[in-house]
Amino acid sequence: MFVWIAGIVLLLAKIGVILAVVLVVAAYLVWVERKLLARMQVRRGPNRAGKFGLLQPVADAVKLLTKEDTVPAEADRTIFLLAPAVVALTALLMFAVVPFGPPLTLWGRQVPMVIADLNVGLLFIFALSSLGVYGVALGGWAANSKFSLLGGIRGAAQMISYELALGLSLVPVVILAGSFSLVDIVAAQSRVPFVLVQPIACAIFFIAAVAEIKRIPFDLPEAENELGAGFHMEYSGMRFGLFFIGEYVHMQVLGALVAVFFLGGWHGPLLPGPVWLLLKMMLVCLVLIWIRGTLPRLRYDQLMALGWKVLVPTALVNILLTGMIVLL
Amino acid sequence: MKALGAGFATTLRHLWRKPVTEEYPEYRRALPERSRARIVLTHDPDGGERCVACYLCSGVCPVSCISMQAAEMPDGRRYAAWFRINFARCIYCGLCEEACPTAAIQLTPDFENIQRDILKLVFEKEDLLVDGCGKDKTYNFYRWAGVATAAGGKGAHEREAPPVRVRSNLP
Ligand code: SF4
Ligand code: SF4
Repeated sequence: MFVWIAGIVLLLAKIGVILAVVLVVAAYLVWVERKLLARMQVRRGPNRAGKFGLLQPVADAVKLLTKEDTVPAEADRTIFLLAPAVVALTALLMFAVVPFGPPLTLWGRQVPMVIADLNVGLLFIFALSSLGVYGVALGGWAANSKFSLLGGIRGAAQMISYELALGLSLVPVVILAGSFSLVDIVAAQSRVPFVLVQPIACAIFFIAAVAEIKRIPFDLPEAENELGAGFHMEYSGMRFGLFFIGEYVHMQVLGALVAVFFLGGWHGPLLPGPVWLLLKMMLVCLVLIWIRGTLPRLRYDQLMALGWKVLVPTALVNILLTGMIVLL
Repeated sequence: MKALGAGFATTLRHLWRKPVTEEYPEYRRALPERSRARIVLTHDPDGGERCVACYLCSGVCPVSCISMQAAEMPDGRRYAAWFRINFARCIYCGLCEEACPTAAIQLTPDFENIQRDILKLVFEKEDLLVDGCGKDKTYNFYRWAGVATAAGGKGAHEREAPPVRVRSNLP
């Protein structure tokens, strides 16, 4: 009984810590992104709130929370109100299976440094990432405005073109690690990170995942210059904020996943595991910001063509090759 | 691929360039004389009010934010009894300045004209009038116009011939 309660408390503590870290990092990721983008465009970026604009996320949060929460008169209320939560929630939930360090020994017991070591962790991630698209598609549809709808539809169509490549690109990783569990995948990279063994899979996964988190050059559902703000056009206040948090948590998820699948997860010399994971996540996020500062948005058909004609065949060939090599 | 690489290199290089941003409240760039912001009513070089209340500015204003009431001095000179500009509506297009025949109404570079209370943005004639001539230092409408006022009788204006005496002019 005592062990059971202690387990629950420990689990809650882990969840709390992860949530806090992820949300704070998300807030500051916005700041980092705005700063870096500004510097790439020879601007200064936010610098009014606090030293170097460091309080900007706080100011943004206050602003979003005090804004009026408007719902369009013709909107489908329930779905409209729920959609942002779906996006933010699915993004946050993905962190449940990400291992962030080697198992810890507390009071003579092994404590795994992961919220849930699912044996189908990878499938869990895919399931959530597909569910996240519902937030986009339904949010766009429920607002009952044509630009939102276009954004939502684009979100759904975009999903068809990257989801397959995303899944296929990870099959070689699963073949190599021999498990769907993220903990085992990280453990399998204790000596060599998979990016050295599977650079092609890493590239495909990265491209498909950028499409998955809807960032430039694949931010078709938002497409500021054609669709206003796309699927979240009609949202205001903290509901818009939830979409925003969702996007930046998604960035971190992508960073964590790239780290877990290809960069060796928490493995690294000298520093403790969680720090390494955070560093690798941040590295991926910086690359994402860099990409955003550089590339223009792809066209709809270009994304489809890239997904179906390049990524999927390459991923299939990659699976075949890996399979052959492993068999031999 | 090469083009992609070049693009990424460019953005990376820009990361280390000095920002070109001018930070506004600390650094105020001197605006050009002709930039369009707060409107003033000017005086002619002789010290009289330039505005003759012709309603041209009010008529041309696309957002109808100028209103006035015309009146006449004893010597026949026209002026505005009251003159009002609602800066809450003004779009600073400068059309009023172009329409004005007397160079009375002029836009100035002073753009820091913000009020919490929107009614404070309604400027009366006293608020609009400034000393001096503004951009046109020499023009005095009544020295040119063929109207008999204290500034000059018939035939006494610039480039004006003396009036023709109709009776003695007949053949
Ligand atoms: S600047 Fe344009 S809008 Fe403003 S008072 Fe003159 S005519 Fe009207
Ligand atoms: S400001 Fe100029 S245009 Fe307007 S009423 Fe006076 S004289 Fe006429």
